[in-house]
This record gives sequence, C-alpha cells and structure tokens, in this order.
Amino acid sequence: MSMTETLQREAYRRMLRIRRFEEEGTRQFMQGKIPGAFHASIGQEGAIVGACLALRDEDMIVGTHRSHGHPIGKGASLEALMAELMAKSTGISKGRGGSMHLADRSVGIIGQSAIVGGGIPLATGAALSAKVRGSDQVCLCFFGDGAVNQGTFHESLNMGSLWKLPVVYLCENNGYAITTSLVESHAQPSIAKRADAYAVPGVTVDGQDVSAVYDAAHTAVVRARRGEGPTLIEAKTYRFDEHNVNLNAGMTDPYRPVEEVEYHKRHRDPIPLFRRALLELGLSESELTVIEREVDEAVAEAVRFADESPFPEPSELCENLYSRPIPARGKQAV
Amino acid sequence: MAAAVNDKSGNAYVRMSYLDALQQAQMEELERDERVIIIGEDLAVYGDGKVVSRYPTRTWSTPISETSFTGMGIGAAMTGLRPIVCLSIASFMYLASDPIINQAAKLRYMTGGQIGVPIVFRCCMFYGVSNAAQHSDRPYPVFLNVPGLKILCPTTPSDIKGLLKSAVRDDDPVMLFEDTKFWTVKDEVPTDPEYLLPIGKAAIRQAGSDVTLIAIAGAMRVALEAVKVLTAEGISVELIDPRTLKPLDTETVLTSVAKTGRLVIVENAHRVCSLAAEIAAIVSEQGFEYLKRPIQRLAAPDVHVPFSPVLESLMYPRAEAIIASVKTVLR
Repeated sequence: MSMTETLQREAYRRMLRIRRFEEEGTRQFMQGKIPGAFHASIGQEGAIVGACLALRDEDMIVGTHRSHGHPIGKGASLEALMAELMAKSTGISKGRGGSMHLADRSVGIIGQSAIVGGGIPLATGAALSAKVRGSDQVCLCFFGDGAVNQGTFHESLNMGSLWKLPVVYLCENNGYAITTSLVESHAQPSIAKRADAYAVPGVTVDGQDVSAVYDAAHTAVVRARRGEGPTLIEAKTYRFDEHNVNLNAGMTDPYRPVEEVEYHKRHRDPIPLFRRALLELGLSESELTVIEREVDEAVAEAVRFADESPFPEPSELCENLYSRPIPARGKQAV
Repeated sequence: MAAAVNDKSGNAYVRMSYLDALQQAQMEELERDERVIIIGEDLAVYGDGKVVSRYPTRTWSTPISETSFTGMGIGAAMTGLRPIVCLSIASFMYLASDPIINQAAKLRYMTGGQIGVPIVFRCCMFYGVSNAAQHSDRPYPVFLNVPGLKILCPTTPSDIKGLLKSAVRDDDPVMLFEDTKFWTVKDEVPTDPEYLLPIGKAAIRQAGSDVTLIAIAGAMRVALEAVKVLTAEGISVELIDPRTLKPLDTETVLTSVAKTGRLVIVENAHRVCSLAAEIAAIVSEQGFEYLKRPIQRLAAPDVHVPFSPVLESLMYPRAEAIIASVKTVLR
C-alpha cells in the first residue's frame, strides 16, 4: 500500500525533524555542550521514517546505538531528546543514556542497544510477549549491516520464524560497520538473501526512497499482524557523517572514498529526493516551506529547553537502579 | 506426594524434595499470574513436563540459543510479561551473560526508570560429579560484580519455594542459582501458595555464641555435618545461610560477628573475588573491632574443575576442613 497524502507530508516532516535535530546536535557537540560521542543518522532518514510510519502508535521499536532517528521517526517530541544529549536531568532518560540510547518509551521505543546485535533478541522477545498477551502489536527491530554478523541475528531470526512472531527485522545497511565495509566482512553480500535460511521473506529496498521503504515495511507489518511471522528488510542506505561526529578528524587513510560520500550527499539524499517527488505529486512549495519553518522552530525550542534545564543532582546517582531503593550496605539508602 | 500436616499454628506442610518444591513454586506462579511464562531448553523432558502440558502457550521450549532466548525473555519482560528463563547448567550463564548484564541489569538505570525488567534467570550448579570444567562452574561471583541484579542461592526445599515465588513477583531481574547437591533433599514445605520469603534476608540456621559460620549454597551440606561434630564437642556455632547473595544481609552477619568475635566463611565457588571475599571485606571495614581472630575463608582453589574424581574431590571444602578452621579461630 502506498502512503496517503497526509502520510507523505508526515514523512517529509519527520525526516526533516531528524535531519535538523542532528545538524543542530552536531553544532552543540562541536561547542562542547554534548558530552561523549554523537552518532548522527544523517543520510539514513528515509529508511528510518519509511519503516516507522508503517506502524501504529501502540507498536514497539528496538533500535541501535545510532539512536536519534528512531524516536523522532516514531513521533517523539524533541525537547527531552535534546536534553538527554546534553546530559540534563530533564532528558528522556534523566541523563543516564545519552547519544547511543535515546529510548522514548512513550512512543514505543522500548530499547536502544549499543551492543551491536543486542537489540535483535529484545525485539523478538517483545514480539513473543505480544503473541502471549494476545495483543496485535508488532515490534520493529532496527539494526545495521554489522549486526547481521552477530550470532544473535541467526538465533533470533530462527526463533522468530519458528514461532511466527510479529516482528519486522529492518536492516539499515549503510555499507560500513564503523570502518569495515560490507564486502570485507560479509561472505554473502546480500543481507536479504540470508532470509532464506530462516524461511522468511527477504526484501531489498532503496533506503533513500522513503515511499519504497514504507511500502516494504507496510507489507511486512501486515504479515506480522496477521500472525504469519517475520520479514527481513534490507534498506540500502548511506551514512553521510562518520561513525560518530569528529571520529576520524585527521585520519590519513580514509576507509571510504571522498567521491563516494560526495556522490551520496549530492544525488542520494533522501530528503531532497522526496521533496522533489512531493512537488511533482502536486504539493505546493509554500506548503513545504511551512513544514520546514515548523521543524526549525521545534528544534530551536528543543535547544532552548535543554539549555535551560539543570544537570542531575549528585544525590540522583543511585536512583533507578532497582524498582525500589535498596539500602547499600545498611548505610545510606540509594 | 505425602498428605499435608498442620503445625501448632495451623500452617499446613508437605514433605517434598528441593526439586519438587521448585516445580511447585513455578506451577503456582503460572496458575496465579497469566503474565508468567517459562523459556528454556528441553522443558518438556527435565522436570517441567507437567508445566508444559498444563500451560502450552506459556512454555517455550527453545533451540540451543542461550544468548538469544535469554535476550528474548528480557524483551518479553520489558513489555508486560514475567518470564522465568531456565538456563539449565550454570556454565551456560556465560552465553547468557551479555543480555543479562548489558540489558536486564542496566535498562532500568539507562532509561532513567522508563523500562523495568521483571525476570528470573534460573540455573543449577552441577558439580562434584565428574562433568569436567565446562559443566561444573559455580559462577555466581561473576554476577555479584554487576549492579542492578538480585542473586539467590536457596539451600532448602521451603526456601526455594518461598524465594522463587518472591523472585517471580519482584520487579527487578533476579538470578536464582540452584545447587544440585540439594535437589533430592526432602523437608517440610508450606502448602500455602502465598508462602513468600523476603529477598535480602539471611537465615540463622542455628544460634550460637562461640563462632559465626557462614555457609553459601552447596557448602551448607558439609557445614551442617561440621556443626553436628562441633556441637557434640561443646562448641557453640552460629550458622548463617545468606540465601540472598545480592543484596546481602550484612546486618545479620555483623550482628552475629559482634556477638561471637570469630568468623569462618565457606563456599564451593573459586576463592578469588568470591562472596566469602566480599563478606570478609565488609566485616573488616565495618566490624573490625569485633574480631578476636583473623577471618577464615574456605573455598575452591583458583584452578578449574578436573574430570578425574580423585582430583575433583580435592576441590570443595569438606567438613573436616571446616572443623579445623573453627578450631583455629577459637585458639
């Protein structure tokens, strides 16, 4: 099924929200206001948003260390996400998670695993839970091309298929596991083909085409909800930035050609590609400009909120370790 | 199963084995709460046959994929269920350790409390029977070093019933290390399906005034033998079973050492960074002034479990060694 006009507008809005949020986040990071490492998904917005829009509000997502796009793609508000990146107490995880772990439970993001491949069993288990509870929820599992080589991919797809669990496995294949290319690390370069080993459909889709990703994800979600089991979708996409921002500053031996990166930025950027498609479909320039202005304002507001928020108090260090505070060694309650 | 017998206060008990008490606890929790499911290998064959036939949609007999079925249990726990993940032999906990440590233990903290993981990881410590090093570990010390977990080592039939049921109802990840040395041991077990033991509370198996003896998991069997001999010799031993290793009931330990001034700790895990090491450190930090003699620790040496019974019999503390250590601290 293709996107309705309303969904198309929403797809554009959400891709742009990810892009502007991460561009602004990169600036904040370079100014030293975001600690740790900043993992941008710029370039991968089509794969993320196309898949998220095929879900219902109550459906679940497990994502990865490249985690900013998943909650935004599922409809999260930006304030608590930016505050989390800035390590503030108003952050979505109260400053305990950061860039690799933007999990917003309120929109169904139940986990963002920075252990590569670690989220695949969690998503499969969430689908098992839906089946046992008699719910018709579906769990969407994002992972990268690197995770496909983990044992959890094999084990989980086997069980997901064996028990016909309502899970959609969506590989954001950006071609590089940090710096190791797919051809250097996959004996079978087609990730979709691996589906045959588990008797599930394997689909390859252009991840830079948000409509195509939506169509593939929609088919997979319908199948999962019907109780027919998982689908493996390989969305071929591209990461415009480094594994994390500034990671390879000063690198003398780049792992991917500059021309390749430039080609993708110029010709394979999912946002201008979709913008052109929308104009061709009859949306007006002014309509798109309104969306663009709204997104800019929302990102600015998120930065304002994060800037004005306090850092966590030292007394909060041990909070949320257990469901109820446990006295540490009979002394102070934590 | 024997008929129930009532004690003086009217509570009903049945005599049953540790393994039967464990099965009964699982069955009662499945019956009580439809969110409880069981995930693990060979479920229908080893002891859980009754469970599988009664609750076919809530028992998931898995392929040999410990890492992922453990992670799936965690995913199910995050989304409304209360899984019991059965990892059979304790050495398989290493395969499951990534999702246990990196996901179950950390997610509540890492998400600022947005996500809870109410789950039980069960396994049995199966040693002393010539299965060689890869099937004979007692690996609970590895997990004691992980914040966010709760760790249980019950040593009696009634304790495993009460603690397993509390673990299923707990909102945090709980690891339960059974000790196969107790599987066939029979004792009185309360029939009350609401029989719950608090997590984090030690049991004083015998009150005494001369020396505190702490025995962990399977070491309780030899400790009981040693206490019998020592009592006959007129030595008053206070025997403590921590039952919960994390969070540890340090109050019971420190109160006892304050009374006796002497401490012997015995366990079958390897001695380096073991629970005995942690207890010794806590008592040194918080109860040094009570101690009349240095603390004695008895544990497995820092070497792997050998296959040959002649060699394996040298691994775990025996009653004679406990008796000798108690006499050393009394000197």
